[in-house]
Amino acid sequence: MNENVLAKLKILAESAKYDVSCSSSGTVRRNQAGTLGNTVGGIGICHSFAEDGRCISLLKVMLTNVCIYDCAYCINRRSNDIPRATLSVSELVDLTIEFYRRNYIEGLFLSSGVVRNPDYTMERLVRVAKDLRTIHKFNGYIHLKSIPGASRELVNEAGLYADRMSVNIEIPKEENLKLLAPEKDHQSVYQPMRYIQQGVLTNKEDRKKFRNAPRFVPAGQSTQMIVGATSESDKDILFLSNALYQHPTMRRVYYSGYVAVNTYDKRLPALKQPPLVRENRLYQADWLLRFYQFKVDEIVDDAFPNLDLEVDPKLSWALRHPEHFPVDINRADYEMILRVPGIGVKSARLIVVSRRFSKLGFYELKKIGVVMKKAQYFITCSELPVRTVNELTPMGVRKLLLPTPKKRKSDDRQLVLNFEENTP
Amino acid sequence: MTIFIYDHTFDGLLTCLFEVYNRKTFPDLLLKDGEPLPLFIDEVINIETFEEKHFRVWKGLRKRLSASALSNLTYGWLSELPGIDLLLLRYMKKVFDSPISIETNFADADVLELSKVWKKVNNERHRLLQFVRFQKASDGTFFAPVEPLYNVLPLTIRHFRDRFADQPWLIYDIKRKYGFYYNLKSVEEVTFEDETQAHLITGILQEDLIAKDEKLFQELWKTYFKAICIKERLNPRKHKQDMPIRYWKLLTEKQE
Ligand code: SF4
Repeated sequence: MNENVLAKLKILAESAKYDVSCSSSGTVRRNQAGTLGNTVGGIGICHSFAEDGRCISLLKVMLTNVCIYDCAYCINRRSNDIPRATLSVSELVDLTIEFYRRNYIEGLFLSSGVVRNPDYTMERLVRVAKDLRTIHKFNGYIHLKSIPGASRELVNEAGLYADRMSVNIEIPKEENLKLLAPEKDHQSVYQPMRYIQQGVLTNKEDRKKFRNAPRFVPAGQSTQMIVGATSESDKDILFLSNALYQHPTMRRVYYSGYVAVNTYDKRLPALKQPPLVRENRLYQADWLLRFYQFKVDEIVDDAFPNLDLEVDPKLSWALRHPEHFPVDINRADYEMILRVPGIGVKSARLIVVSRRFSKLGFYELKKIGVVMKKAQYFITCSELPVRTVNELTPMGVRKLLLPTPKKRKSDDRQLVLNFEENTP
Repeated sequence: MTIFIYDHTFDGLLTCLFEVYNRKTFPDLLLKDGEPLPLFIDEVINIETFEEKHFRVWKGLRKRLSASALSNLTYGWLSELPGIDLLLLRYMKKVFDSPISIETNFADADVLELSKVWKKVNNERHRLLQFVRFQKASDGTFFAPVEPLYNVLPLTIRHFRDRFADQPWLIYDIKRKYGFYYNLKSVEEVTFEDETQAHLITGILQEDLIAKDEKLFQELWKTYFKAICIKERLNPRKHKQDMPIRYWKLLTEKQE
């Protein structure tokens, strides 16, 4: 390890940073006596936060940013004139271990540009993971990108060492993908996804027979879609997410607001700013799918194909469906309480356990953590009702809840919201 | 006003509860040995910590509370917040007086308050897991200074021991002047006779104590930290919210 790794690390981190996934969750791997590392209880730890507010949990880096492909949305496309670098297997292994020992990271997230051919590249990614696990007995988290077009054998081997694998869809509609990345198609994405899925399922069977069979990608797979580079509606995006979540191994879909890295390419929109509010709304909608028992067509449909940028999707649903409100906090089912704007999963659970002891009023709800500013229009509790969405009309409530433009802080375009796994 | 004076240990507090029942009186105020008394006093009772008494109280609590509620008590105590001892005393009395479990009765002000304190302490514990930064010393020990808001270091040791099982380490609370040392076999609580050694005050290992590669890895980490940020998405507010400024002093990536 020496000084010129510094320059390479700079280049390869900058090339890797547009992949938004960072989570290090979904596995528990105990430390094996006398070795390095563990993976804790399902939630990853964010060890730092970059100045863009994103969590740094893994050493997210590329093996190389040399690429034979020319995807229009990618900083590393072959027609770009940027500094290129390649880290050796042993450099990557050392960096991971030394960073880990200092508690900088939870583990490694390794991706790569495609050099020579998909299998050649994939093989080297696998080597890094294999060395970490077998030679260095590293028990930290490993997330490997599966290179589109890599063979089943290599994906299967990668799965023995990785906690999570991912293949990015990037562009939801195939015709748009082909427009921007002529060398790719959906097949090249879905094929490795299927390999991972089948690997996990076969492994489940094996582990029933042999309890010591090694685990295969225990934290499942994730994927990413770029938002705002192409014409897809939120409905296109969320319906695809919903379909992906039907597969038992798909744990997370990430949404990455398009950063205009290649402004010269006229196939892409010239965005001044990445569409951050829209990206945020998509994450909120994704939560409603995964934790709030919403069906995808309740969030977006043909009549309402794009999420409301002004209010969050849960409030937006409530305003479109005043007939479900007000909800009686002291009687309603958990599922209905979960639907009240201003009540999160935690508060909803607290409400259900606390109301067994005594009736809940405004004071108790506030103490429990309910955002009463929002919730008050949608509930009744032990106190005299205030005016609800039915008396005030949805339009009226909407007006009351929109932030007044004067009060806005300068950087309100970015909502402060976590989208890591540990904040359901 | 009734005042209990005790030694300000957790065992002492449990003994106070014993005396609450023994003497059939509840204090309006708890004071440490040596603290000045307020102006108007009816009764001052000196509570001496007795093993027999605090064992009995703890045994009773263990019968009545779940493991997580018991750890609430520990977390509460480690918060070191002013008035937390009186809150804990009231809480524990309710545990013994109530015919049913009070653990989840959040309509009770003390139960709710303690759950909030637990949350604060647990957050700080988590922050420690996030933000501990080791520097490698020339003798191979990994040294990390910490300065948590609450006294949460003991709550993190299991985690670090499990995670860093093959390297010797010392995590040292520079505010409370004690730490834990892992020697590849077991973890011991340690204090240092000479607390004025520079790294026990500043948290930074001096040149003569530092391992050969350490500076390079710090540089690599700082470089990585800068490179991974997407400039088009700068969000200083969230950056500071998730990584509050008070931790920056000891974060490698935030050093010049
Ligand atoms: S294959 Fe991957 S690295 Fe290469 S240009 Fe396309 S997106 Fe970028």
